[in-house]
Amino acid sequence: MTTTAAYGRLRPSRLTEPRSIAIYGIGLGALACWLSLPPFTVRSVLWPVLLGLLAAFCGVAALSRGVRKLGWGAVAAGVLGAGLGSLALQSGTGNLDQVFSASIIASMLVFATPLTFGALGGMFSERSGVVNVALEGMMLMGAFFGIYGSDKTGSWFLGILIAMLAGAFMALIHAVFAIHLRADQIVGGMAINFLALGLTGYLFFKLYHGGNIPANIPRIPEVNIPWVENQRFIGPAFGNLNLLIWVAIILVPLSYVVLFRTAIGLRIRACGEHPRAADTVGIDVYAVRYASVITSGVLAAMGGAFLSVGFVGTFNENMTAGRGFIALAALIFGNWRPFGAFGAALLFGFSTALAFRLPNAYPWADTYATLFQTLPYVLTLVAIAGVIGRTIPPAADGRPYKKQ
Amino acid sequence: MTEPVAPGSAPEPEGAAPPETIAARYDLMQRAGGLIVPVITALMAFVIGGIILALSGYNPFTTYWEIAQGAGLNWFGHLTTNTANTSAYNFAQTLNYTTTLILTGLAVAFAFRCGLFNIGGQGQYLVGLIVANWIGVSLAGLSGAAHVLLAIVLAALAGAAWAGIAGFLKAATGAHEVISTIMLNWIAIYIGAYVFGQGGPLQGSQPSAPISSPIVPSGVLKFFWGDQTLGGVNVGFFVSLAMLVVFWAVLNRTTLGYEVRAVGYNPDAAAYGGISVRKNYVLAMAISGGFAGLAGGIDMLGTYNSIGFGTLDVYGSSIGFLGIAVALLGRNTALGTGIAAFLFGGLLYGTTHGLTTSAIPAQLTGNLTLIIQGLIVLFVGADVLILYLWSARRKLRRSVPRPRQPEPEPSA
Repeated sequence: MTTTAAYGRLRPSRLTEPRSIAIYGIGLGALACWLSLPPFTVRSVLWPVLLGLLAAFCGVAALSRGVRKLGWGAVAAGVLGAGLGSLALQSGTGNLDQVFSASIIASMLVFATPLTFGALGGMFSERSGVVNVALEGMMLMGAFFGIYGSDKTGSWFLGILIAMLAGAFMALIHAVFAIHLRADQIVGGMAINFLALGLTGYLFFKLYHGGNIPANIPRIPEVNIPWVENQRFIGPAFGNLNLLIWVAIILVPLSYVVLFRTAIGLRIRACGEHPRAADTVGIDVYAVRYASVITSGVLAAMGGAFLSVGFVGTFNENMTAGRGFIALAALIFGNWRPFGAFGAALLFGFSTALAFRLPNAYPWADTYATLFQTLPYVLTLVAIAGVIGRTIPPAADGRPYKKQ
Repeated sequence: MTEPVAPGSAPEPEGAAPPETIAARYDLMQRAGGLIVPVITALMAFVIGGIILALSGYNPFTTYWEIAQGAGLNWFGHLTTNTANTSAYNFAQTLNYTTTLILTGLAVAFAFRCGLFNIGGQGQYLVGLIVANWIGVSLAGLSGAAHVLLAIVLAALAGAAWAGIAGFLKAATGAHEVISTIMLNWIAIYIGAYVFGQGGPLQGSQPSAPISSPIVPSGVLKFFWGDQTLGGVNVGFFVSLAMLVVFWAVLNRTTLGYEVRAVGYNPDAAAYGGISVRKNYVLAMAISGGFAGLAGGIDMLGTYNSIGFGTLDVYGSSIGFLGIAVALLGRNTALGTGIAAFLFGGLLYGTTHGLTTSAIPAQLTGNLTLIIQGLIVLFVGADVLILYLWSARRKLRRSVPRPRQPEPEPSA
């Protein structure tokens, strides 16, 4: 990114260009839906419809100026926002409060945190040119060794460290096979997933006989923010979040800075886009790739540790249950970028939280809640098909590099 | 540097290794190692598994012997057709798993030969299960043969359609088939959980149990060995053996197979030779998914009869994933896949339900199967390691260095 381009971001004209108008439209559409939900709970059909119309209008304005995908997005957001907003009016305030209370934000963050860790981890690996479909396995290792470490050392902090080591070990195997042995990275990644599933299951039965994990395992503490805690709405949403949730949130801008604003990040991206060129200017491609893959294992394992030591407090066989793959989906949906991946993780986390909460208030939703769980996967399919926006993987992603 | 480029026009990274498809690599391995390499691969995995057993305080030799007995291999010692005999019963179960694994293995192998990696065997298998259950439960009026045929064919077609989505996305937009098949797997799992779950359209008569209805008698496959309720072997076993032949014949004796293999070796060259790469991507994925869907159909109409937490659980099933290891170990050939399917079928049953010893709990050996499966996939993927071992052996034997192939010039 050149300096002129960076300044260009701040020019006021960018705020009125068609792309921005379309984004306002999408925002208005979301607002149209949100207004009739807690905490505002506007009980008038006027506002959702008005805002929805405004959103659709923004979309049409953007469309007429040639911004097609975002424009249609804004039109869809307007229609959906007005529709869902009006639909929510049909429902009693009590039921809405039950589903959309402020704690749904906390719940969304809980579900999004393992995905964020996994997606950020996968981003480092894939940006350096090593495909990582092994996130699931690394996360699972983190989940088991987090519990094992906390149990044996009596400290959640050491538990997380041990989990990170276990994730790094799995990542090291993946790295050796992907980088030095130039194995197919997807085959190797799937192998790591099987291996992790078998190893954690084996150790779980060998060490804990399949379930005797002590109940008093030291858990990752929650962060109580005294001032925020007592506020209306933000209190239940952000007042009592697990420490690792905050770590995940902080890691997002941090990895953006590392990846896009430092020399290290430039090297990582160079290895993922054009390893030969990187090699020519003196970057040790193998070293960068090893470091990136191991970082990815460490981060994915933190996601797993959050799941076991932070959230549930115990371990089950195959505990991650596909979350590593949703993290991969979030990474792709977020176009291999930190904020994109975080946004996707939040969206997927929200859909999971909603799937868990809807049946509480609406019995009819019980049957369909399962189908809700497919949302991340369907959205990712749509995203890689190029229907909304473009997903561009790093150019050398998945290609082994051979030094000359 | 990171500014996005339009899909399809992404520049080839000039410095990267020469474009090798999976099928081309596989061909290299085939020439390098023949039959010996997969045998070494499997042995290495079993040895490491044995080390893990020894480290956790079990005798690896007796454990492996117990697993072999659990798989019913001692049946060969005293042949009997009576499934009341434990070894005969265990062997029948091994054959049942082999049936499924042959087909899920072929699903992976066929796509591999076209240069595609079909990780979606699990999803295609589940879609086959769902459709077979739907047909097998609902159309009670049909005659036996028609009912079975309709259910099986529709199950295979459903699997083909499910995989065809990934193939179509690959052909139309260049979306990587690995990502799309992973996503389709999970979509199929949740659809399965929905249709068989509480209030789902295919839930059985018990309102509180997430279990499907059993297949009506006219839809059940014929059993040639043993009884259905006692876990016999059905005609699906012969169907899967026939599919091995079909797989070989289609790949090696038809134009379609020639085109599929040509695309697998080198899509650019195939396109230059007038072969439609896109068409072959869609076709290869669809055929590949058809095998997995067929596996689901046979399992539903024969072995399982109903699906739910008691018999076969949508979340817990992983036999489609095992197809990856089967195909890779079997070198993506018909014969190899058949042998590997038998090996894994025996391992799968012998380490779980078949294991009778009290010396080691079945949960441990069950996870040992996963470890061995992972190790085999890991080693098979590392062709350089295998080539290195192989060429080192050759060097020792002949002490004449192999003529090195000239390094291809990186395109500027």
